[in-house]
Parts: sequence; structure tokens; C-alpha cells
Amino acid sequence: MIILVALAGGLGAAARFLVDGAVQRRRRGGTPLGTLVVNTTACLLIGLLTGWASGRVDSALVTVIGVGLLGGYSTFSTASVEAARLLLGGRIGAALAHAFGMLVLGLGAGWAGIAVGHALAGA
Amino acid sequence: MSVPAWLRSAGLVALGGAVGTGARAVLEAAAPAAPGGVPWTTFGINLLGSFVLGVLLESLARRGTDQGRRRVARLLCGSGLLGGFTTYSAFVAETERLLAGGATLTGMGYAVASVVIGVGSAVLGIVVARRAHGGER
Repeated sequence: MIILVALAGGLGAAARFLVDGAVQRRRRGGTPLGTLVVNTTACLLIGLLTGWASGRVDSALVTVIGVGLLGGYSTFSTASVEAARLLLGGRIGAALAHAFGMLVLGLGAGWAGIAVGHALAGA
Repeated sequence: MSVPAWLRSAGLVALGGAVGTGARAVLEAAAPAAPGGVPWTTFGINLLGSFVLGVLLESLARRGTDQGRRRVARLLCGSGLLGGFTTYSAFVAETERLLAGGATLTGMGYAVASVVIGVGSAVLGIVVARRAHGGER
């Protein structure tokens, strides 16, 4: 079971690498938004999973997708380091916006996902 | 037959990511959050991961450009292992579960503390790496 979760995590991490790369290519060296895109989409998806699956789907599958795929796809450490670099560079406002902006967007995406997931499950 | 560079890089991230995710899964299974309680395991994982990534990325940057062995280390251990180890989705899901369950103070506290101490841990990691490499350039 752990093996499945780990493999899903590997896939998720690779997906993060590709999404981040794609976002950064379009940014051409502007402020890093790749992690923001990755984490926000991850939260949307975990909300969808939670909202849709509550009590009705094999919990092993939920674990593989939730803990594994989305856990591997999302990253807390990269977000922290990005904000830390802004802070150490003297850009306090940018650091706060980055850190708390990501939290707010993540929570919002999560709630939106849960709402949609519930709706899909009820349909 | 040569593997395209992007695929090789993605493979390194996937390998590290699998190990990091596996480690997180084992820890979460061993010490799951109590209902309505602070998810200490995720909290610890995210803070530790933030610190170590700060140390790793700063150390690599101080040793040279992002290529060769340094790039491999960054992809495998940074994006891969630590990226897989830490999680933003579980963090947000846990916060929302706490808030939905009425544990408002715990939920908000967990969220704010994770973000603030997470950034603080990363700052500490970067500073530690700078000191180890002979101070501010």
C-alpha cells in the first residue's frame, strides 16, 4: 500500500516539475508563480476528492490519490523557501503576499473543490 | 538511444518524490492526527522539509551554477525528495477539516503557525548554509 502511495507521489512530483517548468517558461524570469499554480491546483483537486468521495469510495484509492499523488504534487518546502528568499532580499511585503496569498488561494481552491465535489456526488 | 533531458530531469524528481512521499505516508500512518487536534505529523514534516530545503538550495547555489551534479542533487533531493515529503494539499485539507468541525482557533492557529514557522525554518536553513559556506557573499 505504501508502495502504491509512494509511486503515486513520484508521479505527482514529476507532474509538479513539468507544470512549474511550463509556468516559469511563460514568466520569463518574473516572480516565481509555478509553485503557486501547483499548490492551488493541488488544493482544488484534494477538495474535489474530499467532497466527492466522503464515505462512498474505497478509502485506499482516496489515500493513494490524496496522500500519494496530490501530496507528492504539492509542496510546502518550496513555497517556504521562495518566501524566505523574498524576506532575506528585503522584500517583506512580497514575502507576506507570497506566503499568505498562497494560503488564502489554497483554502479558497479547497473549499471550491469540496463544493463541486459534493455537487458531483449528489448528481 | 538517449533519453531527452526534460524526461531525465522529471525521472529524478519522480524518484526522489516517491521516496519522500513514502516517508510521509509511513509517518502519517504511524502518527495520525487526533480528530479535532493539531496535525502534528504534517506540521513537523512541513517545517523540517522547509528547513532542509533552505539548507540544500543555498548550499548548492554557493557551490556553483545549476548544472551537472548540483542540478541532479537539486532535482532528486530538493524538488523530488523534499517536494514529495512536504505537502501543501494535506495542510490545507487538514485546516479545512478543523474549521468545518468547529475547531476554529486550532484550525487558524495551525494554518498561520505552519506558514510563519515554515518560512522561518527556510530562512534559518538558508542562513545556516551561508554561515557554513563562509558568510554572506
